[in-house]
Amino acid sequence: MSAVLHLDAVTRIHGEGETAVRALREVSFAASAGELVAIMGPSGSGKSTLLTLAGGLDQPTSGTVSVEGVDLASLGNDGRARMRRTSIGYVFQDFNLIPALSAVENVALPLELDGVRGRNARARAREALEEVGIADLADRFPDHMSGGQQQRVAIARAVVGERRLILADEPTGALDTETGEDVLRLLRARCDAGAAGVLVTHEARHAAWADRVVFLRDGLVVDVTGTDPAESLLESGVSR
Amino acid sequence: MSVKQALLALLEQGPMYGYQLRGEFEQRTGSTWPLNVGQVYTTLTRLERDGLVEGAGSDADGHVVYSITDTGREEVAAWFTTPVARTQPPRDELAIKLALAVTVPGVDVGTVIQQQRSATMTALQDYARLKRSGPVSGQPSDLSWGLVLDSLVFSAEAEIRWLDHCEARLRRAALERPAARTARDVAATADEEVAR
Repeated sequence: MSAVLHLDAVTRIHGEGETAVRALREVSFAASAGELVAIMGPSGSGKSTLLTLAGGLDQPTSGTVSVEGVDLASLGNDGRARMRRTSIGYVFQDFNLIPALSAVENVALPLELDGVRGRNARARAREALEEVGIADLADRFPDHMSGGQQQRVAIARAVVGERRLILADEPTGALDTETGEDVLRLLRARCDAGAAGVLVTHEARHAAWADRVVFLRDGLVVDVTGTDPAESLLESGVSR
Repeated sequence: MSVKQALLALLEQGPMYGYQLRGEFEQRTGSTWPLNVGQVYTTLTRLERDGLVEGAGSDADGHVVYSITDTGREEVAAWFTTPVARTQPPRDELAIKLALAVTVPGVDVGTVIQQQRSATMTALQDYARLKRSGPVSGQPSDLSWGLVLDSLVFSAEAEIRWLDHCEARLRRAALERPAARTARDVAATADEEVAR
């Protein structure tokens, strides 16, 4: 099984000398198509650093981060930016929608930045909004939407253009419990439809929607629960 | 568990016989707390003795049907309007285990916490899977079962939060007392003393 996201012995050290902070220490893990992986751990355990590296927003001190088989370090800044527009979707705790753009314009933006013509981009954005259940709110502005609706727009923006890696950083942090669960259902459905998802959360009940839960502490993976689809495939192969 | 009150509350909707009551109870609670039919009939006998239900004859198939009395209705009303008491916390094996783990020499508390957290997370993943495959028929009993499932989810989550909290406290305690002896050291010293 090919991993959409692959981290191999990734170390990230912030700063130098005595004040250096080892945010991640030789962390390896993969997220395959169809799989949702949750990352849990206390503050300062390296969760956010991991997601930032996976999204190509930061680079590891050592080790490699590959998305769809491409080592992000081998791409220049432009290449990484392009990768973020076409292959990686990001969902944030505070939605990060542009207030001056309507829902459909927010979702269409990454497509338009990637050179898709306006009308085509909007048609695809409307499809993405329909998929997250808010087609009727396409022309509304973020300020006139509830938190849950805004997060749906953000998810639509993260998946539009058939992006196969979705990175979600505390996507339910600003939502009430029921709305939060709706967001998890959407992420889960997107992964079931073939995307690879990585979810950083401190809420165990949301992490439980993932196939695997990775516990980080002091930049190290201390525990993993759930099954690795690649391993279970290997096992079933051996038993035959 | 309040089997007595639960059966009374079900009978408030109309007369039923034992198997029916068990079926209704399990449907609404997703069979989370299985009832055997013997338990149902024993409870009904006790309720009849206390004047909370009365026999209402048999149905066409010969099942003995029970209906609720006015005293029974008062009991149900009182149950729904009285909060469940927390004065007597149920015995919590995990809390007891950790309380002992931090005091008994030679126990690796960190491992106890980590293994428990893994096990509880696995249970939580099973609950999430149940939610995903959950019934969508829109029946009121689906809502009841959904709420029971949420209760299991929230208490498993609370357990994981508490374990994280214990872990953090233990780590801080270890940092604040760098010279303090570990449980293993204590055990080793005790062994030496015994050897002498």
